[in-house]
Amino acid sequence: MTDIERAAATTLTPRPSWDYAPAPESTDIVRLQDSYGLFVGGEFVEPKSGKRFTTINPATEEPLAEIAEAGPEDVALAVEAARSAHDQVWRDLSGAERAKYLYRIARQLQERAREFAVLETMNGGKPIKESRDVDLPLAAAHFFYYAGWADKLEYAFPGRSPGPIGVAGQIIPWNFPMLMAAWKLAPALATGNTAVLKPAETTPLTALLLAEVIQEAELPPGTINIITGAGETGAALVESGVDKVAFTGSTDVGKRIRRATAGTAKRLTLELGGKAANIVFDDAPLDQAVEGVINGIFFNQGHVCCAGSRLLVQEPVFEELMDKLKARLQTLRVGDPLDKNTDVGAINSRQQLRKIEELVASGIDEGAEIYQPECVLPERGFWFRPTLFTGVSQSHRIAREEIFGPVLSIITFRTPDEAVEKANNTPYGLSAGVWTEKGSRILWMAERMRAGVVWANTFNRFDPASPFGGYKESGFGREGGMHGLEPYLQLSP
Amino acid sequence: MRLVGRTVAVDAVGLEARATSLATRSIKREAKLWALDLVIRCIDLTTLEGTDTVGKIVAMCAKAVRPDPGDPSIPSVAAVCLYPQLVPVAVRQLNGTGVKVASVAGGFPAGLGPLDTRLHEIADVVAQGADEVDIVLNRSLFLGGRYAEAFEELVAAREAAGDVYLKTILEVGELGSYDRIRQASVLAMAAGADFIKTSTGKIGTSATLPAALCMMEAARDFHRDTGRMVGIKVAGGVRASKQAIQYLVLVHETLGEDWMTPDRFRIGASSLLNDVLMQIQKERTGRYSGPDYFTAD
Amino acid sequence: MTTEARIPVRRTAKLFIGGAFPRSESGRAYEVFAKDDRSLGWAARASRKDLRDAVKAARAASVAWAGKTAYNRGQILYRVAELMEGRRAQFEAELADAGAADPRRGVSAAIDRWVWYAGWADKLAQILGGANAVAGPYFNFTVPEPTGVVGILAPLDQALLGIVSRTAPALVSGNTVVVVASEPHPLPAVSLGEVLATSDVPGGVVNILTGQVAELAPWLAGHMDVNAIDVTGAPDDLIPELETLSAENVKRVHRAPDVDPFDDAAQSPYEIAAFLEYKTVWHPMGA
Repeated sequence: MTDIERAAATTLTPRPSWDYAPAPESTDIVRLQDSYGLFVGGEFVEPKSGKRFTTINPATEEPLAEIAEAGPEDVALAVEAARSAHDQVWRDLSGAERAKYLYRIARQLQERAREFAVLETMNGGKPIKESRDVDLPLAAAHFFYYAGWADKLEYAFPGRSPGPIGVAGQIIPWNFPMLMAAWKLAPALATGNTAVLKPAETTPLTALLLAEVIQEAELPPGTINIITGAGETGAALVESGVDKVAFTGSTDVGKRIRRATAGTAKRLTLELGGKAANIVFDDAPLDQAVEGVINGIFFNQGHVCCAGSRLLVQEPVFEELMDKLKARLQTLRVGDPLDKNTDVGAINSRQQLRKIEELVASGIDEGAEIYQPECVLPERGFWFRPTLFTGVSQSHRIAREEIFGPVLSIITFRTPDEAVEKANNTPYGLSAGVWTEKGSRILWMAERMRAGVVWANTFNRFDPASPFGGYKESGFGREGGMHGLEPYLQLSP
Repeated sequence: MRLVGRTVAVDAVGLEARATSLATRSIKREAKLWALDLVIRCIDLTTLEGTDTVGKIVAMCAKAVRPDPGDPSIPSVAAVCLYPQLVPVAVRQLNGTGVKVASVAGGFPAGLGPLDTRLHEIADVVAQGADEVDIVLNRSLFLGGRYAEAFEELVAAREAAGDVYLKTILEVGELGSYDRIRQASVLAMAAGADFIKTSTGKIGTSATLPAALCMMEAARDFHRDTGRMVGIKVAGGVRASKQAIQYLVLVHETLGEDWMTPDRFRIGASSLLNDVLMQIQKERTGRYSGPDYFTAD
Repeated sequence: MTTEARIPVRRTAKLFIGGAFPRSESGRAYEVFAKDDRSLGWAARASRKDLRDAVKAARAASVAWAGKTAYNRGQILYRVAELMEGRRAQFEAELADAGAADPRRGVSAAIDRWVWYAGWADKLAQILGGANAVAGPYFNFTVPEPTGVVGILAPLDQALLGIVSRTAPALVSGNTVVVVASEPHPLPAVSLGEVLATSDVPGGVVNILTGQVAELAPWLAGHMDVNAIDVTGAPDDLIPELETLSAENVKRVHRAPDVDPFDDAAQSPYEIAAFLEYKTVWHPMGA
């Protein structure tokens, strides 16, 4: 037998169906340390608290590293480092020089994009396709965008002598760790502030890798400090001597922070939860609407504050849309986040999984009808099948409460007015989606949505030039765009 | 006509994003070899040149049956595709091989000659032994909004073709928008096409992933509404194995496994075949190959 | 083999058109002198036909350049600054020959200015455009767009900072340009062309002609396929003729304010705005 014949005999077996072979992204590029310190004053230091906790890969439950837990003393030291970096160096640098540091960080994120993407997936559970194609490019773009504003502030706020506030304490969530770090750090530094960043408890690793980039960019020590820890560390940071607090996370914690800063002079911005309505009219470009609905709730496993978690569908097109959605759900690939063909990854933590399970159980209890496609879930790790609920009414918990998981609640409507009423009937107000071929209806609906971001014939689109933030209990303040500068500036009256 | 009356809107940005996303699927190793094998079995090996001689067709037919003379495990292609005058040659060469003879007919590629001449050409190639006929939509009528007349012409062509596979070319590069591609797809399917085909390969813009995806979505919904399965043929500009596999992914995730067969999916191509053979070599031996190792027919 | 008397390989200073470096079709060149009267060699002396070719190249490149996302243009222009930084020794030497008092400062200022303008690409719409509150159920918004092909007469002095200060603001919004370099000090402009050729800026987006400004400027001003001209580098007495010629196709004519080029006041988004058109769109709002 020749080589070719031998190879042919073993490989060209006709198959009845086409299984894409495993296509795992290699983790070789990531060099994990066993244990990490806190990044304060330009260096990694041991936590004064002496405490550490383990961070894991939620897809396998495998421990990845030991992470320092910053106690109150550590928080104070970090704030002090940020304060002195601000007073002695950063505040007096020209905008053009600040810009150049931010450009360096942006460039490095582009150079090391793969390393960051793989680590983001390992630590958080999101598909590598998303870390690689969405999270990292956007994070780099945010640094680029705000670098460009650093020496142009007088054009954004003419006549108002824009200047920094001082030290910003920034607390970010686990759903887009790198992207949230970029959303916080880039505008803060561009405007002349220094920062103390607290990454989420379950996703500290990419922030700690970012510390290496910060060192390589030769950012003046203390300009950015990164302190890991959980809720207590965050609370300590809020109570500390920072001048400004920026928080992205749950509405409950946001309210607590609002109370904690009451009566202080601290500036505050909050980016909280949502229960967005994705509204499909009967003249919508239906196949693209299906993609938008799917992306709206299953992108990042639904761990998205602006997720389209309520589908409002105009009754005439309900049946057809349901058929298409169910068929489309069957093609979603749920599994190993490091596989390049995975569409839906792991739930970020056991705690979050419990919460999703509880709410889904309530949906069934309250009489909604559940649909889940068949898919084989891995044995270890935290997983939840993409889920649809029909027969949902506005009063059901699954229609009111943020699930933060791959669960879509479907409600029908008849007229545009009814769609507006149902969409706005929530204490949240972060985002909304509108699907219709009629331009005037898009604009009419957009005008009436009580939401900070309206997507028309698309969903989950983000750009550093586009302001993002909520109405009502979804928070206040905007990130992105020229509007994203204001929360970090002192402006003369 | 009711099917065409309500044109389904297509959002261009959303469609293109979906096509791009599907094109990032990573197909490796045994899945790639399986796909490459299917690609070959779905190729309509095509030559549509003014210089096509008997000799050229004889050589091409040999290649169609045995793409790699040194490797019997490589399957034959689905069909050869050529001009009417060469049909008898191909019929003779391919007799008993299982490879089909597909002929363009009906005034290809513009399709604007007198209707009776065009219909006669279709009937004629069938009589000469063609197994399949590739015809064109009348874009002059379609883009002029004369849908009923365009439809009638396609129905007449269906009749002239009798029982053979009829592939209707939409010429997506001329239609101007995806809404129109969707509309043309439905028109052609309603008129009885067995396949809808992207392009003639004779103008600047040929098959693209989004255009093909648009057609596939139309075919999927047509099957849902009528129960009839219509095949998809992409033609023109598909030169690399990677592209061919991307089209397979589109079929797989839009239409499903029932369409993953030469009866429902074709690629009209010429130089693609050797690229597929090269990729198969690479997958098997781990070494990149070169053109010297494959026959140039 | 001794290493002392090594003959250097001298550069030929050619035109930069459509991403390539042709000599002038006229076959002419002119001698370039340093401030201390040393000969620095010869530079191509562009003809009206070269200018015609340059405009053609700029027009051909214009749709694709304007069609890139603002972010992409900003990235491409930022990279040009990276390459300029890598070439600073050459630029400094050329500025020294041109008699610059502080060549190092001149090069740093030019690079920083280029970076400054690159950062505007995705921010212009936010300060120059926006929704307009019209009295009716209409969504009305204004967007700035590049005007098209811009002809530029680079300043005589500040041989690098000058051409950068005029070129970057025109480019960042998506215009393509035909630049007539400083006549007495063309060599930094030639080097800038070489930097652009090795960057990600597509061919034809920037075209650089060296030669006699008085000969070329009227052809540029009268060209019917040029949308705007920047006459900053024109001698005062040429301006009336250039404005008259520009009337034929209602060209936009701009001259930069007379400010010390090293001053921050010399850079402004309004220098970008000089080569923008504003498009206003109406759309009804109704269910």
